[in-house]
Amino acid sequence: MNGKGNILFCGVGGQGILLASEVTAYSLLAAGMEVRKSEVHGMAQRGGSVTAHLRYGGKVYSPLISPGEADIVVAFEMMEAVRYLPYMHSGSKIIVNTHKIYPPVVATGKMVYPENVLDELTSRDIHVRELNAFDIANGVGEVRAVNIVMVGVLSTYLPVDEQVYVDVMHERIPERFRDVNIRAFQEGRKTAAL
Amino acid sequence: MSKKSTDKLWLSGNEALALGAYEAGVKVASGYPGTPSTEIMENLSKYDGVYTEWAPNEKVGLEVALGASFVGVRALATMKHVGMNVAADPLFTSAYTGIRGGLVIINADDPEMHSSQNEQDNRNYAFAAKLPMLEPCDPQEAKEFLKTAYWLSEGYDTPVIVRTTTRIAHVKGQVSPGEKTSSSVKPEIVKDAAKFVMLPANARNRRKFVTERMKKLSEFAETFPENRIEWGDGTRGFITSGISYLYVKEVFPEASVLKLGMVWPLPEKMIRSFAEQVDELFIVEELDPFLELHIKAMGIRCHGKDLIPAEGELNPGIVKKAITGEESSGFAPVALPPRPPNMCPGCPHRGLFYALAKQKVFVAGDIGCYTLGFLPPLSSMDSCVCMGAGVSAVHGMAKALGEEGMGKEVAVIGDSTFAHSGITGLLNIVYNDSYSTVIILDNRITAMTGQQPNPGSGTNIKGEPAQMLNFEELCRAIGVRNVVTFNPHKINEARKILKEEINRPEPSVVISRAPCVLIPSEKKRVKVPYRTRLENCTGCMACLGLGCPAIHWVPITPEEAAKLGFKEKQKGHSQISVELCNGCGQCAELCKFDAIGKEEDR
Repeated sequence: MNGKGNILFCGVGGQGILLASEVTAYSLLAAGMEVRKSEVHGMAQRGGSVTAHLRYGGKVYSPLISPGEADIVVAFEMMEAVRYLPYMHSGSKIIVNTHKIYPPVVATGKMVYPENVLDELTSRDIHVRELNAFDIANGVGEVRAVNIVMVGVLSTYLPVDEQVYVDVMHERIPERFRDVNIRAFQEGRKTAAL
Repeated sequence: MSKKSTDKLWLSGNEALALGAYEAGVKVASGYPGTPSTEIMENLSKYDGVYTEWAPNEKVGLEVALGASFVGVRALATMKHVGMNVAADPLFTSAYTGIRGGLVIINADDPEMHSSQNEQDNRNYAFAAKLPMLEPCDPQEAKEFLKTAYWLSEGYDTPVIVRTTTRIAHVKGQVSPGEKTSSSVKPEIVKDAAKFVMLPANARNRRKFVTERMKKLSEFAETFPENRIEWGDGTRGFITSGISYLYVKEVFPEASVLKLGMVWPLPEKMIRSFAEQVDELFIVEELDPFLELHIKAMGIRCHGKDLIPAEGELNPGIVKKAITGEESSGFAPVALPPRPPNMCPGCPHRGLFYALAKQKVFVAGDIGCYTLGFLPPLSSMDSCVCMGAGVSAVHGMAKALGEEGMGKEVAVIGDSTFAHSGITGLLNIVYNDSYSTVIILDNRITAMTGQQPNPGSGTNIKGEPAQMLNFEELCRAIGVRNVVTFNPHKINEARKILKEEINRPEPSVVISRAPCVLIPSEKKRVKVPYRTRLENCTGCMACLGLGCPAIHWVPITPEEAAKLGFKEKQKGHSQISVELCNGCGQCAELCKFDAIGKEEDR
């Protein structure tokens, strides 16, 4: 990974995607890069499919990533990873939380959650890194830290030192949630190293 | 997360606008929450030396700001695009009165309708109301343009509109803080009837002033540094503004670009000269062909909406394909179950809509989180137009159908929306006497936009105690004789009351009251989740009718059914995700088999 790239965060509203993209953005900024980020608030956040676009390095104009131009996709939910396939290109890297969240049509038994949905990614020229971030977050004692576990994995793909992230979390995350989030971050990094 | 210990700040467009208002020395700011404008006022309320408030609606907000301007202080009104429709009445006449202290209206458009009921292009308001409009392309410009807007406002005796879109409001970038400026206008009461009393004789004079002012602003536009030409390769020339400028630069970094910082009035000479010096001229803009129409009216040949889509947002990929025909390199999409937004686990609206769905009536709905009651499995909303429309429309239905329609329709409106635009509709129901029933979904907060307090909340924008609107007393004062309040989590009781009130042959109001699960006091409250008592579940799916994100269906085979001790023909069972459950108890109330209970009950 060079010093320039497009990161697409995707998942389900309420999973902490905005905070994950904020911690990542602050860390890239602290490493001296130009960063732009775009997100959507309001109705879109109510349990629907959501994204945050983050672009860094070089001269960044557009805050949106164009279809086919995401270098790294950070998918907080397995089916959402596949929904944003049009943003990926040959050689894109994707980090997938294999935890499933059922959309209403599946939860109410009207449709089934697609089996082996990740085959849609692995059958193409995409580098897939799977992990169950929910179990990892649960393991550190805070299921809501799924987002920071994902940041931990993502950090191993980016040209920023581990300490920069830790400093950012010290500065940005309220004290009562700080330690558990830093542990979640480190567990994410460990998982990436396996 | 807005402070940083280096020179530059990392801010969203809305946070930058709040900083800009502070640096411009704004003293009074009023607005109504609306995506994507909400965070401007929220952030501004954290600065010292500026009075901020949530008004009941955008018309009130703009009139508050206008009053502040009349006595000589810098004032701000904020709103989303559809809010401008509500505020249009004072907007058009404020163009005539002009200002004393600088007056700026920040208007946030929502191309693509991420969180809106239409995608109107409010640049048309600048043209129609004869007001200057600035359009920034990123957070840094948003801050600078707001300060420029105050300078223009006081220099030309005019309200100024600053227009953003979702991709300005909710984009984050680096912003340099600047100097605080201030107005040279002295705050005092000045009586100036010829300027402020818009009756015909005065208004005709001011009408002439407006024409003169727009002429002067057109001249200013020719030398305004934010209307600038970036010369490049002369084969393709682009005229663009706002976010579209960034997409053009991304795709055609070598092309010649005329970037308009002020989108109304237009610098005709500059545009003409630019057009003459490029081989082919392209106008790249989101939504309406606003620039294109006015440029074509100058007699200039150009491409615009013949190539660029007029619906939805643009992005670099769309701009590239429209101009060069080149497709994106992304993979084709795969068909997947859809994932629309949903009400939260424990949302009180869910209980109300479940109970309402059983009444088989036409539900005239409104704008808020509760509009999601439209989605299956609740499928309990049949119309949604604008703030307040449901209350007025249900009366129209009653008058149209007469006795035939009694008991067949009902209006549903949120607490904040009721205060915004529902009261006058209810007054009409009483005054013009129809049997209409209005349900007020009182969750104590303006929820959809991120939990802003409203007149019914008992707190103001800063969280300080404020007079709390008593909905029951208000409805009775208007003349509604039947006002009933219930807790929507108690679904069985709600069904009984709804049936009675909807069939009542005179006006009635039902207040469905329980707090939003996202307000701070509710978030802090310790909630005991419900659990599935699997041994009792018969797979009847009653609880699934709620569409709660915390409950899902687990299909099973006959062998699995036998293993779990179920009847062989049972197709599956419900399962509560304990980590998502907020403990509202609606599902337990619906379960006839004691298959849902709290851990502590065992």
